[in-house]
Amino acid sequence: MLKLEKRPTPSVFWGRATPVLAVALTMVAGSLMFAALGKNPFEAIRTIFWDPLFGEFAWYLRGQLLVKAGPLILIAVGLSLGFRAGIWNIGAEGQYIMGAICGAAVGLAAYPTESRLIFPVMVLAGAFGGWVWAMIPAILKTRFNTNEILVSLMLVYVAETVLAMASTGFLRNPDGAGFPGSRNFSSYPAAANPELLAGTGLHWGGVAALGAVVAAYVLLQRHILGFQIKLAGQAPRAARFAGVSPNRLVVMCLGIAGALAGLAGMFEVTGPAGQISIDFNSNYGFTAIIVAFLGRLNPVGILFAGLLMALTYIGGEMASTNLGLPSAAIQAFQGMLLFFLLACDLLTNFRIVPARKEVR
Amino acid sequence: MTAAETGAGDLLRIEGVTKAYPGVVANSDVSFAIAQGEVHALLGENGAGKSTLVKMIYGLVKPDAGRMIWRGAPFAPSQPSAARSSGIAMVFQHFSLFEALNVAENVALGMETPPPMRELAARIRAVSEEYGLPLDPSRMVGDLSAGERQRVEIIRCLLQSPKLLIMDEPTSVLTPQEVEILFQTLRQLRSEGTSILYISHKLEEIRTLCDRATVLRRGKVVGACIPRDSTAREMAEMMVGTTLTPPERRATEKGEVALGVSDLSVASPIPFGTSLKAISFTVARGEVLGIAGVAGNGQDELLLALNGELRVAPDRVRIHGKSVGDLGPTDRRRAGLVSAPEERLGHAAAPNMTLTENALLSGAVRQGLTARGFIDWRGTEAFAEKIIESFDVRTPGTHVAARALSGGNLQKFVVGRELLQSPEVIVINQPTWGVDAAAAAAIRQAILDCAAGGAAVVVISQDLDELLEIADSFAALNEGRLTKPRPVQGLTIDEIGLMMGGAHGMEVAHHAG
Amino acid sequence: MFGGIDPALLIASLMVASVPILLAAIGELVVEKAGVLNLGVEGMMIMGAVCGFITAVVTGSPALGFLGGAAGGAGLSLLFALLTQVMQANQVASGLALTLFGLGLSSLLGQGYVGIKPPHTGVVPFGPLADIPFFGKVIFGHDPLVYLSVLAVAAVWAFLRHARGGLILRAVGESHEAAHALGYKVRRIRVLAILFGGAMAGLGGAYVSLVRVPQWTDGITAGAGWIALAIVVFASWRPWRVLLGAWLFGGITVLQLNLQAAGSGIPVEYLSMSPYLITILVLVIMSSGRGRAALNAPASLGQNFHAAR
Repeated sequence: MLKLEKRPTPSVFWGRATPVLAVALTMVAGSLMFAALGKNPFEAIRTIFWDPLFGEFAWYLRGQLLVKAGPLILIAVGLSLGFRAGIWNIGAEGQYIMGAICGAAVGLAAYPTESRLIFPVMVLAGAFGGWVWAMIPAILKTRFNTNEILVSLMLVYVAETVLAMASTGFLRNPDGAGFPGSRNFSSYPAAANPELLAGTGLHWGGVAALGAVVAAYVLLQRHILGFQIKLAGQAPRAARFAGVSPNRLVVMCLGIAGALAGLAGMFEVTGPAGQISIDFNSNYGFTAIIVAFLGRLNPVGILFAGLLMALTYIGGEMASTNLGLPSAAIQAFQGMLLFFLLACDLLTNFRIVPARKEVR
Repeated sequence: MTAAETGAGDLLRIEGVTKAYPGVVANSDVSFAIAQGEVHALLGENGAGKSTLVKMIYGLVKPDAGRMIWRGAPFAPSQPSAARSSGIAMVFQHFSLFEALNVAENVALGMETPPPMRELAARIRAVSEEYGLPLDPSRMVGDLSAGERQRVEIIRCLLQSPKLLIMDEPTSVLTPQEVEILFQTLRQLRSEGTSILYISHKLEEIRTLCDRATVLRRGKVVGACIPRDSTAREMAEMMVGTTLTPPERRATEKGEVALGVSDLSVASPIPFGTSLKAISFTVARGEVLGIAGVAGNGQDELLLALNGELRVAPDRVRIHGKSVGDLGPTDRRRAGLVSAPEERLGHAAAPNMTLTENALLSGAVRQGLTARGFIDWRGTEAFAEKIIESFDVRTPGTHVAARALSGGNLQKFVVGRELLQSPEVIVINQPTWGVDAAAAAAIRQAILDCAAGGAAVVVISQDLDELLEIADSFAALNEGRLTKPRPVQGLTIDEIGLMMGGAHGMEVAHHAG
Repeated sequence: MFGGIDPALLIASLMVASVPILLAAIGELVVEKAGVLNLGVEGMMIMGAVCGFITAVVTGSPALGFLGGAAGGAGLSLLFALLTQVMQANQVASGLALTLFGLGLSSLLGQGYVGIKPPHTGVVPFGPLADIPFFGKVIFGHDPLVYLSVLAVAAVWAFLRHARGGLILRAVGESHEAAHALGYKVRRIRVLAILFGGAMAGLGGAYVSLVRVPQWTDGITAGAGWIALAIVVFASWRPWRVLLGAWLFGGITVLQLNLQAAGSGIPVEYLSMSPYLITILVLVIMSSGRGRAALNAPASLGQNFHAAR
């Protein structure tokens, strides 16, 4: 028999190694799942993890990597701050949608004016939209002690309804012959978020994501606020002893996460998506939760985790077209990754030892 | 040869029991025997291995080697229920009670086959009257005082008519008057033939109550004695191994008032906590005010209200005449007040964080460890090293997590972190709780040195000996109220007991006994 | 306000609408009473929905379908139990993982079943009782699961209140340290509670796909699991108040659907977001009372237990 023994100090080695181990285990379990679906598991794994980077269409797909990773990283960095502090904002999807709607609304209101100021104002509006949506659970939590998990999640459903209203109502393209969906930003240069370097897939969202990673890294390593976030998550009473105000932390963490999610939505709608439509949202807000954990709530880790998760998206689409692998299989695959990660985390804080033989 | 020596009359014999945990041998080749109908003391310092030993008898822990003989037959309880059905009952040091459940439900949880609730309630009433331990079966345990909670545990044990009753540090939560009542109950049990294994490090108690004593030090049996025929000093030296010198103190002139508290009332933020009611006192520079009280009478709340975790009206708390009642912990530190809460892991220190990070936790303000919010890690590490060096904290370095330190070392680190910040007012709750004698002596000396250096000190403690040793003036917390502070000199133990509230809810039994 | 809506029909459909969240919530209540916070209710529900649907379609028996649903939910909850009780993983994160994984896996499993009609779940034959005016329709015109869900509430109430097992379960949720010191198997009790919660959520999910909708589509539970979690808070961990909460919520759902159908002046979007907004409102009202409701929460809720020594 084996038993667990708590380590006196968390293991640094396993802290780094668990994500790698989790990815490996997920590949094994995923292969079994693909095989059960009647697909060649090796081919499936290759199509998902290898082909987008080095295969025939890599020249195009590599660019897609940044397109998908940008919003995931941006959202996950914001979420990770809250998760570290024990503040569980799981409504990033809603904040993402609201950021997109607010950003787009400002741009569409200015249509067809051409001004260099329009895009920056839209960026601010996007961040503001996400921030406002996140402030609802924040204020309810600080004022009424309401559970932020449930409120932020309920607001996702509300945001989805607002999105439907926007695309069929107040943001609908007046020249669109009554079809749902807003004007397309690709035909409105002042408000568009184009690819910055041809072929890289890098747009302003990717730049913002990198900036967020750097800022979060500095915050967590060098700034007292980052220290307070970590402290509040690990030992809430010690945080209060240290003089950290829990309410201030809730407002800040949810605010930052909301603003970043809003930014991601705004960059997405003006760039890759191009317009507000009913199915504009694509679960980035939920997948970012996996990214945050996979990156071990560490900004640099999140950078890599975001790229890896983007790879599974792109590779998944490839596998779907080439091998007929259902797209839901990729969703299950991503969920599995989170499972293995949480399970492997055990090794950071515990040691597995053979149980001593009992003496009678 | 007497029956005790041959082992014929032994209820329980422990033979060569060993138990090791990673990095520490809790018990090493421990042997002793408990006779039928005796009160047997297990004496030892914190960390000597007493708790591990009784956990093995109670079936919570399995020994690595050695054996136990219960009434002549080998005995290896696989779990507590096996021990209970053999006739062993235990009253825990940290209660095994459920605050949100009522007395009867708590009792039922400790029994193998409890009768229906109504019948159980009647039996609880009967037993509590028989042994002079009044208790209402329908009350919520969270609303009971510490002494009453212990009664719940004792009655839970008595309902099973145990042959051996294990009591782990039972008096640490009782007032002197309550201790006397407990002893009467235990003597009554002994006269009925029940054996009692009594675990304590309080020598005077053992001398009044126990028939025989086995002394443990660092997991080994280092001696045995008949407590009545031994002096407290002899037993202390067996227990500690060296002769201890009490902390030295110089008589200091009292300076002007540094900490003033007036009419402080505040509701408890803790579930089932105790609200503070109209607390007033002052502490002068160079003075040590000792605040006694049984656990759960508002000690935690008082510390929170003093260190700013709990905010009150501005003029309720004053430091050097400046109103600070509405300020948080950071601003109060700036004003000169440092504090050390009772709970080391989780409140005073973050368990998973390194010592360097824990040094930053409360040292950031007064030690100037941040500039514009950015952390000076090098300075912080230097501060951590200074604490480790000045307070002789045994650790491989500043990079280890707080949870890896032993209780005594972590307490030295936590107290050192506060005392090294050149504080003007110091508030400490339970400075030496669960700490070995040498570390405790060092901590007390450091506190006295700070007072001699002109700091005003408030020590909240449940250890009366400690308070009498280091305090200049003495007050007691009782159900959230503080008595008027009195000079320590000339106080009798009876007066102290009455200040602590006498015997809670036991007036009748007290007079009867 | 009720223009054109038959109150008897409204109450009857309210009872039907509340069944999924009632089942899931009463299961989660037991889990939380044992001190475990399983946020994966949504994932377990949707697994129950898809497993129940497939079983019913394949076997042609709704009864087996419901069993399959319960098994699906319990199976997924076993993963949660493994993560939190054996691997000591964070309960909040594990619950989220459960939901994300459940959503993906259910949609994978349900691929070939979109657009199929499941076998019909009949009503319990009460004979002439069903013909009683008003009450016949309200009380005696339902399928077995409606009665079963109310029975489950009563059973959970009686178990927690009067049974020794219930007392032990509450004790474990109150203080796992103390329960361990008394020799109770904290982990085993919690795993059993988690499995029960999973089975109940799965049953609730199967009710959605077999009776409420009845068909299979991706994401069919649409947040019902989260609402069930909210209802446990609303009920401040009291079984009968879970029933009240579920009926209240079922009432809102039915009313807004009826209002949509009746073409009231209120835009459809506002009506369809109303259940979520009202859930938030209810949470605010319940949490702001702080004192009593908060005290009733199990003291060890969400904390992992590892017997160190």
